[in-house]
Order: sequence, then C-alpha cells, then structure tokens
Amino acid sequence: MSWLTSFPQINDGTLRDLKKVIDEGFRNFTRSYGDLIEGFFSPLQHLLSWSEKLLTSTPWPIILLVVAALAWGASRNIRIVIGSVVTLVLIGMFGMWTDTMKTVSMILASTLLSILIGLPLGILMSRSQRMQSALNPVLDVMQTMPSFVYLIPVVMLLGIGRVPGLIAVVIYALPPMIRLTNLGIRQVDNEVLEAADAFGSSRWQKLIKAELPLALPTIMAGINQTIMMALAMVVIASMIGVQGLGQPVLKAISNQYFTLGLFNGFAIVGIAILFDRISQSWGKRLQKHREASHG
Amino acid sequence: MADPIGIEIRDLYKIFGPNPAQYVDAVRRGMTKGELQSKHHHVLGLRDINISIPPGSIQVIMGLSGSGKSTLIRHINRLIEPTAGEIVIEGQNVVEMSPQALREFRRHKTAMVFQKFALLPHRTVLDNAAYGLEVQGVAEAERYRTAMRWIERVGLKGFEKNYPSQLSGGMQQRVGLARALANDAPILLMDEAYSALDPLIRYDMQTVLLDLQKEVRKTIVFITHDLDEALRIGDRIALLRDGSVIQQGSAQDIVLRPADDYVANFVQHVDRGRVLKVGAVMLPPNGAATVAIAADATLADALHLMATHQVQGLRVEEAGREVGHLPFQTAIDAYTGPSDKAAA
Repeated sequence: MSWLTSFPQINDGTLRDLKKVIDEGFRNFTRSYGDLIEGFFSPLQHLLSWSEKLLTSTPWPIILLVVAALAWGASRNIRIVIGSVVTLVLIGMFGMWTDTMKTVSMILASTLLSILIGLPLGILMSRSQRMQSALNPVLDVMQTMPSFVYLIPVVMLLGIGRVPGLIAVVIYALPPMIRLTNLGIRQVDNEVLEAADAFGSSRWQKLIKAELPLALPTIMAGINQTIMMALAMVVIASMIGVQGLGQPVLKAISNQYFTLGLFNGFAIVGIAILFDRISQSWGKRLQKHREASHG
Repeated sequence: MADPIGIEIRDLYKIFGPNPAQYVDAVRRGMTKGELQSKHHHVLGLRDINISIPPGSIQVIMGLSGSGKSTLIRHINRLIEPTAGEIVIEGQNVVEMSPQALREFRRHKTAMVFQKFALLPHRTVLDNAAYGLEVQGVAEAERYRTAMRWIERVGLKGFEKNYPSQLSGGMQQRVGLARALANDAPILLMDEAYSALDPLIRYDMQTVLLDLQKEVRKTIVFITHDLDEALRIGDRIALLRDGSVIQQGSAQDIVLRPADDYVANFVQHVDRGRVLKVGAVMLPPNGAATVAIAADATLADALHLMATHQVQGLRVEEAGREVGHLPFQTAIDAYTGPSDKAAA
C-alpha cells in the first residue's frame, strides 16, 4: 500500500535534470543579456542616486521646513504639521537621520515608479475585460510570491545594490496601484459617463475630464497603499544592499541587538504614519467638493 | 440661434442579448417579448418604432418603467446602438454615422438632460454648464460667457462658484438644463429629467422649460412616466408599452380617444377639465352665444366662465373670429368623460 501513502512523483533524475536545465538556461541568459538589462535600468540608478544625494546633502533644517510646508499644503491641519516635524526631530535625535533620508528617497522613487507604471496599466485594465483577466493572476503572483524568491533572479541579473532593491520594492508595491486604479474607473457613475458621451467627448476627454477625476479618491487610496507596502519592504530590500533604516534592523536581527532594532523599527513606523497622514489628508482635501452642505 | 430641425425615427428595433441581429426577423413576424425571452434568452427593448417629430415641437414619450422609453431616447444620439432601423436628422441617418461624425453630431446637434443630473461633482456649476462648449474646444472666456448667460437664465445667478453637492436636487437639475442649453444644439433630449424632483419643484421646472421653449424653439424629446407632466408640456405624446408605441397624438387625442383599454386606464384619473381644450370639444359655430372664450382655453376655464356669467353656452374664438360654440351639456359631457357610462 506504499503507493497510497507516498505521492507518485516525477522520478528524481528527471526532476534534477529539469532544475538543471532551467537554472543553466537562466544563467546563460544572465551572462549574455545581463549588461544589456543593466544598461536598460541605468536611468533608475541615476534617479536613485540623485534623490538620495538630494535628501542626504540638504541641511536638516531645510528638510524639516519642506516637510512642514508639504504637510501644511496637503492637510491645512496644524496637528499634522506638528506631528510630522516632531517625528522627524525625534528620529534625528536618536541618530537615525541619514538612514531615514536614504529610506525616504527610496520610498519616493519606488512610489513614483509605481504610479508611472500602475496608472496606465490600471486604465488599460479598466478598459477591457480580457486585460483584466490577464493581469489579475499576474498581480496575485506579485502580491503573494515570497519576495525572497523573486529577489534571486533580480540579484542574478543586476547584482546587489539600489536598483535591484528598487525593482523588488516596486514588484511588491505596484499591485494595489493597478488594482485600485482599475476599480476606481470601473466604479464611476455610468450616467456621468453617458453625459460625457452625450456632449461629444472624445475618449481622451472622457478619461481626463470625467473618469480620472471621479476615480481619484480610489486612486489616492492606491497610492497610499503603495507607499505603505514599499515601506514594509525596507528590511527585505536591505538584504540586497539597499541602504537606509533596513540595514540596522538586519544587523540587529543577526546580532540580537534588541534596542537597535526597536529604534529603527519605530523610525520606519514614524515615517509610515507621516506619509500616510499627509497623503490621506491631501486626498481628502482634493475631495472637498463632496462635502454636501445641502440635503 | 440654430434653426429647429426634425427627427424621423423609422422601423426602429432593439433587442438586448448576445446575438440580437439573429432574432429581428422573428420579432418582425410577430414573436412576443415573452416568447423571445423564454425561448431565446434575449430581451426585446423596442419593436417597430415609427415617430416623426416636427421641428421645434415638444414630443413626449411616456410609459411605465420597463416600457423602453429611456432606451428609445438613447437611440436618438446613439448612446445605444439599434438592432435595426434608422433615425434621420437633417437627411442624415444617425445609425450609420462614423465615430467622428457621431461625435460632431453630438457636439453640435443634440444636448441631453439626465434623470439623476449626471453633473461632474469635481467641477463648479460654471464649469459644469460650460462642459459641452469645453469639449467642442471653445475658448475659455467665451464658454464662460455663454455658460454664465444660461446659468442666469435658469435662475442660478450667484451659485456659479458652488459645487453640485452644495445644491438641492432642483437646483442641480437647473445646472443640467443650463449645460444642455449652453450648447445651443437644436435638439434637446430630456430623459426623465424631472422625475427625481419633488412635485412642486417639478411643476416649477416644467414652467421654466415651457417659458424657455417660447424663446429658443428647440426640438425637445421629453421622457416621463408622469401623465400630468406629459399632458402639460407635450405638443405630441407617444405612449410606449413593452417596447411598442401603442398610441401617439396630441394630449387631446389621447384623453378623448384612447386607443385601447390600457391607455383608457392610464388616462382615467386625469383632471380632464385642466387638460382638455375648448377647441378640441366645441361644436360648429351657431352665432348665438354672446360670451366669448379662446379656443386654447381649458374646459375648466369655460365652465367657470359659464357659471360666472350664468349662461348655457359660449362663443369660441380664435384670433377674434368665431370658430365654434360650446354648449354647457357638451362641456359637462367632455368633462365627466366615458367613466360615466362605465359606472352606469
């Protein structure tokens, strides 16, 4: 009865050969196209170096002022402004200023990239049922595949550094942007779209003047989710050489430095809350017209 | 102001489902809505619609929900594609227009008002009213000037910087009306435009429309399920049931000569005194009566006039000339209608 208790599997030899063929195939691919692909991603390298340099070399009082101004501009809420400034001041006092700036620059770059890729894909997805059925499983894989698994080919192709880290973060943080853009556009009131059509809008006019503005609250929620997920990847990205708050955490894990881990962990939480409050209140302010002052 | 243009709807059929073209012939040969649905799982939207709408008139299309009236009005600017038939406007068949031609047609020939207003919530009243002109590519200063004129005309001056959510339903529909009128299109499509408003506001908006129509003389297609509304504003009325036109004619025709029991049932609770015009029920002139009344006065006015002057008949005049006379008995008979005989 042993055939019932042990699952009938492909025999070991075949399985070994299969793995070998795939591994070797990918290695050959890496060898012949690695440079080309690295060249293709080099603009990202420049973007990342530039934004990191900008944030780390700007004097800290200016950064504090800019953050305060952004918080005020986005929320018009003095409590959010004070909260943001206090968070950053505490981070700085505990000696994590430079690491935090590196992480923030990484998050900004990956969010920007996610929006640039996710918005058009989300729009395409909302346009056709076929596109939706094709993209959905891909997004499922992106969200559930353990990140270490796709770190392997990324590192094989691009080595260790900021760009592979950025790609890993974007793979993980992109799905909510695409999904929520798609959802937001699909939820737009059909009668408003009919009105846009009835007045002779072109497809582009309809998208720009009706669909995107009406989908904006959902799209903003997508951006917010993307930022949060990018922050969640900070520690994992540090394993392939991304500098910032993740590296001290990694060090703390391997050496059991409890306090070091705790401080850096709180710094990540702090900037997560800061990003979240600023982006959410900005999203709300964009929707000011929805506040009905009339029954 | 653009000259009014007419609309010819000919042999229009609409079947909903995956394979509509396949069943048009069967429906033409008389397959019923129920049969189509149970046997072939297709829904019959419209059957053999023929309506000819003269330039500058108000055509009401009325029916209960599910009768196909909203489907019908969406064929005129082709928001819905017909399964068969044609819609001819200025010698052009809308059904055969290319996407570009259709867009131009929608921009310049038609404007639409929607039941739930369908305003853009992120735009101010002014930007909503200017939407049609913006899509046409009219310069900002000019489109704001035109939009502002119509905002004032529909009574919303001072609200142009507000957002739709800050306005009541009636005011929002005024914005919808201003948006449609700002386009200066000769055809105005109104899809249950007033159904979402409460009765007093609805009456108010009907008055706004009738007043405007005296000025702008558009060809208006007005959808409603409210008979009183239909009788009040329609020059001509088409009654729709299960996707077919069961009667069309003037308000007088429909009240005085209902085509079948369904229509008769529909009109039986109408206030005939306010709907029927003296001209529609009068007898030939006899030169006897002394008190005069206009032919387009209502029956209620006529009875009131007889009562105040204590006379048994009226002289009916049109432009100062006698065109008929109205005895008291005729007026009363028309007023009470056939429901008398039904009761007897």
